[in-house]
Amino acid sequence: MKKVFKHTLIASAISIGLVGTAVAKDLVVVSWGGAYTASQQGAYHEPYMAANPDIKIINDDSANGAVAKLRAMQEANNVTWDLVDMVAADAILSCDEGLVDEIDFDTALAPAPDGTPASVDFGDLLVSPCFIPQIVYSTTFGYRTDLVGDNPPTSIADVFDLEKIPGKRSLEKKAINNLEWALLADGVPADQVYDMLGTDEGVARAFAKLDTIKDQVIWWEKGAQTPQLLADGEVVIGSTYNGRLFSVIEEEKQPIAMMWDWQVFDLDGWVVPKDAPNKAEVMEYLKWATDTQRLADQAKFISYGPARASSAPLVGKHATLGIDMAPHMPTDPNNAKNTLLYNFNFWADNVDDLNERFTAWLNQ
Amino acid sequence: MNTDLAQSNVNESGEMITADGVPLRISLLRAKKRARNRALLLVAPLFLFILVTFFIPIISMLFRSVENQVVGDVLHRTVPLLQQWDEHGSDLPNEEIYAALAEDFKEAFENKSAGSVGRRLNYEQSGFSGLFRSTNRKARKLEPPFKEALIKVDKDWGDIDVWRVLKRESGSYTLSYYLAALDSSYTPTGEVYKNDASNSIYLPLFWRTLWMSLLITVLCLILAYPISYLLSTLPIKTSNLLMILVLLPFWTSLLVRTSAWIALLQKEGVINDLLVAIRFIGDDQRLTMIHNATGTIVAMTHVLLPFMVLPLYSVMKTIPPSYMRAARSLGATPFTAFVRIYMPNTVPGIGAGAILVFIISIGYYITPALVGGQSGTLISNFIAYHLSSSLNWGLAAALGTILLGAVMVLYIVYDKIVGIDNMKMG
Repeated sequence: MKKVFKHTLIASAISIGLVGTAVAKDLVVVSWGGAYTASQQGAYHEPYMAANPDIKIINDDSANGAVAKLRAMQEANNVTWDLVDMVAADAILSCDEGLVDEIDFDTALAPAPDGTPASVDFGDLLVSPCFIPQIVYSTTFGYRTDLVGDNPPTSIADVFDLEKIPGKRSLEKKAINNLEWALLADGVPADQVYDMLGTDEGVARAFAKLDTIKDQVIWWEKGAQTPQLLADGEVVIGSTYNGRLFSVIEEEKQPIAMMWDWQVFDLDGWVVPKDAPNKAEVMEYLKWATDTQRLADQAKFISYGPARASSAPLVGKHATLGIDMAPHMPTDPNNAKNTLLYNFNFWADNVDDLNERFTAWLNQ
Repeated sequence: MNTDLAQSNVNESGEMITADGVPLRISLLRAKKRARNRALLLVAPLFLFILVTFFIPIISMLFRSVENQVVGDVLHRTVPLLQQWDEHGSDLPNEEIYAALAEDFKEAFENKSAGSVGRRLNYEQSGFSGLFRSTNRKARKLEPPFKEALIKVDKDWGDIDVWRVLKRESGSYTLSYYLAALDSSYTPTGEVYKNDASNSIYLPLFWRTLWMSLLITVLCLILAYPISYLLSTLPIKTSNLLMILVLLPFWTSLLVRTSAWIALLQKEGVINDLLVAIRFIGDDQRLTMIHNATGTIVAMTHVLLPFMVLPLYSVMKTIPPSYMRAARSLGATPFTAFVRIYMPNTVPGIGAGAILVFIISIGYYITPALVGGQSGTLISNFIAYHLSSSLNWGLAAALGTILLGAVMVLYIVYDKIVGIDNMKMG
């Protein structure tokens, strides 16, 4: 055993030595892959590598389940990731567990062009001391324009209305968002939704509302499923991330339209793993990649809103399609009439319980 | 070893000695020992490999399903004091305990360790995660009297049930993961009760995993038996060709095969299109054959079929055709000859195939995840969910341990009924 260990050590020492002698330093950046990593590659990685030839950014598309992997790396004392892209809820969890480093926003991040410190520029979106938000995305609905006739859905209540919108709909296979939408569709005012979900009667009411459409729902687990189901005509309306709908509508020109009513905002951003191998280089990179212009640049590639207030006016046209991106942002005033912000505290406490009830409900 | 006894002598105590003067008995023992050591060296790599990749992970999994050290480690001042507090009474703990808790929180703030305790206790009762986070934020500002201070930070510290749960889960080991895995819970004071139907997930899933695995095994047997019989009776040239057809799917990627079933079985898929085209069903009556239990059973039967065909074929190949001819010549009908003579001879193959298919399918994971939908997912999908999404590794370990236990019990039952020696893998 000891010998094997020694040999592994020697082997890794040699490989580290090899990397060390190479000119470029490798930064392993973990993200979601697909269109999302492509947008980061275009807006951040490529310009940064062009300006810093001694840095080589390696994309690792394993952000799915990253908290579990990070936890395993910490337990094995072998953290190989430099920077990880996470949704806010996972970042809060990792921060709680001490898997990622806290960040002093005002010293580590660039101020806005007018000198506003980063902590003010990001404002309320700094939901955890470890988390630097990049984008605001929303979970919202898309529907088939040719299948709904002259009566397109306009409100969340229509999703639950089988008479107005007959046919299958797709919803995510977890409690989050669906319970909120069920209560909103049932007439609960938005500011009471979470109070209500904190009680057994409120949860029962949400499930009772979901019961009314249960046999017409296809449950999705991956963000790409609803666009596919819509394109195939398997569902009439379905929820997914707004960026996915943008690409199926504008890039693939499918007969699909957005229904933004009660979209749920969520955040996605960076965390730096504790004991990341190249911390100094990563912090350098982060300072640049999260500045006002860079966040606005990402919106050229994907229709997610930049997390800095100062970036919004800089959002321009799509890099290849040449269309104006502002109207496609979830944060655009026309789209954001009724919105809900993902309630991190509520879900941190209740996610296990309510997902369990949700699963049991699905199986009934 | 010196076996040349002609050269050996007898020493004074009457023992045989070898040419070099060592008693034969000792020399023989030494030689045996050397041979044994050599044999041991040969199996050592495998033994080490199994130890490192199989036993250690299993033991660590068993351990994780009961491990609960984080609470006592982080709240190391509070937990010993709590043992004197009476959780059955109606009084909150005294100031001393609150003070210890405040100290523990101050230390946890420095080590950033409060969050993991909150997460752990949140599995027991919703709300602990938030309680620990909000207390942690204000840990540095806590001043005596700590009881009032803590209750002011979060009123839950004045809730006696919070303290009862904390005391109950303060030990180094816990059974609560197993309770959760068996759809039961503790009351705050530690009585066990069964969850009502709206909160029961795992027991129904264990049953579903069991009966679906059994059904898949039976289906595999029904399909594989005639194929294997055909393969074993055909001339070698034809049977080799057919064998390739059996093995070809075996060599194809699992994902490709499963995706092929999606293309075949889905609503707008090949089979539905065909049925509509021949007017067997109307366009609005398309069958739902995938993303449910049917999808899982069909796809898994296909995926696991070779595991049944191969052992059956190898056993059937060894049954001399003269047995059947002899039975016929002694007056048995073809049916009787088959049932009384042929079938009993194939039992070792059936046993091997059935146990292979059943044990593989009871832990199967990818195919149900892809085509199982809601009614076709198995217990292993939930283990994966708790490992990678909900991150409740204790519960995942408990579910895995129960599954392991169930497989072992079934294996023993199988051994008692069929006999494990009576099995032939090929």
